[in-house]
Amino acid sequence: MNILIFGANSDLGNQIAQIHASQGDNLFLTARTEVQLDRIKSDLEIRHKAEIQTFELDAIDFEQHPQLLDRIEISEMDRVYCVFGYLGEQEKAEKDFGESRQIIEVNYTGAVSLLNPIAEVFAQKGAGSIIGISSVAGERGRMSNYMYGSAKAAFTAYLDGMRNRLAHKGVHVMTVKPGFMRTKMTEGLPLAAPLTANPDKAAKIIVKAASKKKNTIYVLPIWRWVMLIIRNVPEFIFKKLKL
Amino acid sequence: MRKEELSNWGNYPKVKAELHFPESAEEVRQLLSSAQRLVPRGNGRSYGDSSLGKAILSSKRLDKFLAFDEKAGILHCEAGVLLSEILEVVVPSGFFLPVTPGTKFITVGGAIAADVHGKNHHVDACFSEHLLFIDVVVETGELIRCSKAEHSELFWETVGGMGNTGFILGASFRLKPVETAFIRQESLKAKNLEEVMAFFEESESWTYTVAWIDCLQKGKNQGRSLLLRGEHAKKEDLPAKWKEKPLTQPKKLQLNMPMQLPGFVLNTFSIKAFNFLYYHKQFSKSSKAIVPYEPFFYPLDFIHNWNRMYGKKGFTQYQFVLPKEKSREGLKEILDQIRISRQGSFLTVLKLFGKSNPLAPHTFPQEGYTLAMDFPIRKGLPDLLKKLDEIVLKFEGRLYLAKDAFMSKAMYEHTYPEFPKPSIFSSDQQIRLST
Ligand SMILES: Cc1cc2nc3c(=O)[nH]c(=O)nc-3n(C[C@H](O)[C@H](O)[C@H](O)COP(=O)(O)OP(=O)(O)OC[C@H]3O[C@@H](n4cnc5c(N)ncnc54)[C@H](O)[C@@H]3O)c2cc1C
Repeated sequence: MNILIFGANSDLGNQIAQIHASQGDNLFLTARTEVQLDRIKSDLEIRHKAEIQTFELDAIDFEQHPQLLDRIEISEMDRVYCVFGYLGEQEKAEKDFGESRQIIEVNYTGAVSLLNPIAEVFAQKGAGSIIGISSVAGERGRMSNYMYGSAKAAFTAYLDGMRNRLAHKGVHVMTVKPGFMRTKMTEGLPLAAPLTANPDKAAKIIVKAASKKKNTIYVLPIWRWVMLIIRNVPEFIFKKLKL
Repeated sequence: MRKEELSNWGNYPKVKAELHFPESAEEVRQLLSSAQRLVPRGNGRSYGDSSLGKAILSSKRLDKFLAFDEKAGILHCEAGVLLSEILEVVVPSGFFLPVTPGTKFITVGGAIAADVHGKNHHVDACFSEHLLFIDVVVETGELIRCSKAEHSELFWETVGGMGNTGFILGASFRLKPVETAFIRQESLKAKNLEEVMAFFEESESWTYTVAWIDCLQKGKNQGRSLLLRGEHAKKEDLPAKWKEKPLTQPKKLQLNMPMQLPGFVLNTFSIKAFNFLYYHKQFSKSSKAIVPYEPFFYPLDFIHNWNRMYGKKGFTQYQFVLPKEKSREGLKEILDQIRISRQGSFLTVLKLFGKSNPLAPHTFPQEGYTLAMDFPIRKGLPDLLKKLDEIVLKFEGRLYLAKDAFMSKAMYEHTYPEFPKPSIFSSDQQIRLST
């Protein structure tokens, strides 16, 4: 299989790449800098004797996207993972539109810019699989991270709609809602152990679910229940909570 | 950045630490500008406080392989790569680690900083011997590639320097070619110290030697032990079932473990029972076997978190080396002292080191016998260790910093006189030993 991963330098993206490389798939990886790409590439080649191609990509350099997708030859891809994301700082984003914009653009606009053309190509060939890493944060806005949450909510809705559209064309779309994960992104945050997944375990769950053509998955099943509760707290109570 | 309560393999001491996970020299440089004391850390498989401190510079995210020359057998990787990961990659290609400690769950950076030794020290010396170069970010933030020829001063300060000279980013080193993933092993039962020492000396031409000793025996049984020696097996040594895939270990390794620790021993922590069983497992005077490399090199890795059996308070490992000509007398005194104290060690390992490298002043091994023992942390322990220190000093030996949590400042200054002074890269251990 030909596997494309946007955001391969993230902990999750890298673990997904490790799994596919060990299965003998060909990998097409993007990350922001060549330095990052070089070390990911040599690592996967040495560990798995895998075929790796790498591409420098900035999720919010929209102008660059069409040309990059041409170079990757997306029609040859079987499965695409969109893993990049930017948590940002909520408090900063409240005062500084630059930060809000960065959060929105990386998590939503950038993903749309890259996935739209891919959806088009996959629809035409009537095959392919698109996996978007969204977040439980997109299910209900909370004071602590609604900027990130709102961008992920948009991304979730986008994937929902795309799944609805592409289901008629034989293309699979999967939404992943990781809860907490021990990654670069969450360093410094106090995370409750039973709710927290390690990237290697999360990657295994995601790759397996993708192969089974699942629609929406929570990485740890417990999150389905946690979010069921969070979504159903009546607003007049919810707004009094400091979540 | 992440805050956590941490300890190393001995679970003693514990610290509250702030963790940083740099991925490049640049990120280390940025952290250095904050000017707090930073302690390099690998996988925390040292026993005491050598990689602990308030602010930790972890190599965990420096986990990439950078180049593997399969013709020349040279590997270049980042400092956070584990030896276990290296074995997974290189053994199928017909290579092995040039030197490995008794656990494969350590990082390349930790192997260099402690300049680790293995069962082949008398033949292949320490890890530093096989290094082509190392990349170190020093105090000024500069990234320096050093080797035996280039910036050699930094090189020799860094190997065995316990993270005190800078943060190791990556290294290139030579691997050892092997024909199979198996070891041709012989085990010899020794009645006492004299006999096991004689076995060591007659086994000098063997690549790997080590002995497990029952430290509770006295009189003419003192030093009763089992000596293991091994060579990388050749293809023709292998039984038919393994010949087809000589570089792959069989899956069901547990069955081949040279030492099966029965569950009740672990639970009740009965040293006597353990040592009795271990010694008597083998009835004949000597036995031969072809075994996969894992149980030969890493018998304890099969029991995950065996360190927890010592309980919440943790334990310490006491490892010393004595000059060869003084070893016999010194070992006798030490074993007597331990028996009298009734604080027997569960696992006691004896090994004969070869010549030391005069260029590497901080590297632990010196020609002579080294003994490693585990002691649970309890009230009488500091007194016992003080007595052992005196004996080690009397016989002109020294302790291994990678295992130490109790050494006195005086002993440190006497036995590591050339060790660098604390810098921005200093562990709690260095602070403890130099202030
Ligand atoms: C079961 C067991 C068996 C063992 N057997 C042996 C043996 O046979 N022979 C032997 O020599 N040792 C042995 N050891 C000790 C072990 O090999 C060393 O303590 C080793 O240094 C641990 O490596 P680590 O990656 O876990 O590093 P840590 O324990 O995290 O750190 C050890 C030291 O290395 C420094 N360090 C780590 N990474 C870096 C870096 N990137 N840059 C600069 N400094 C760094 C730290 O500051 C610290 O001083 C054994 C340990 C265990 C648990």
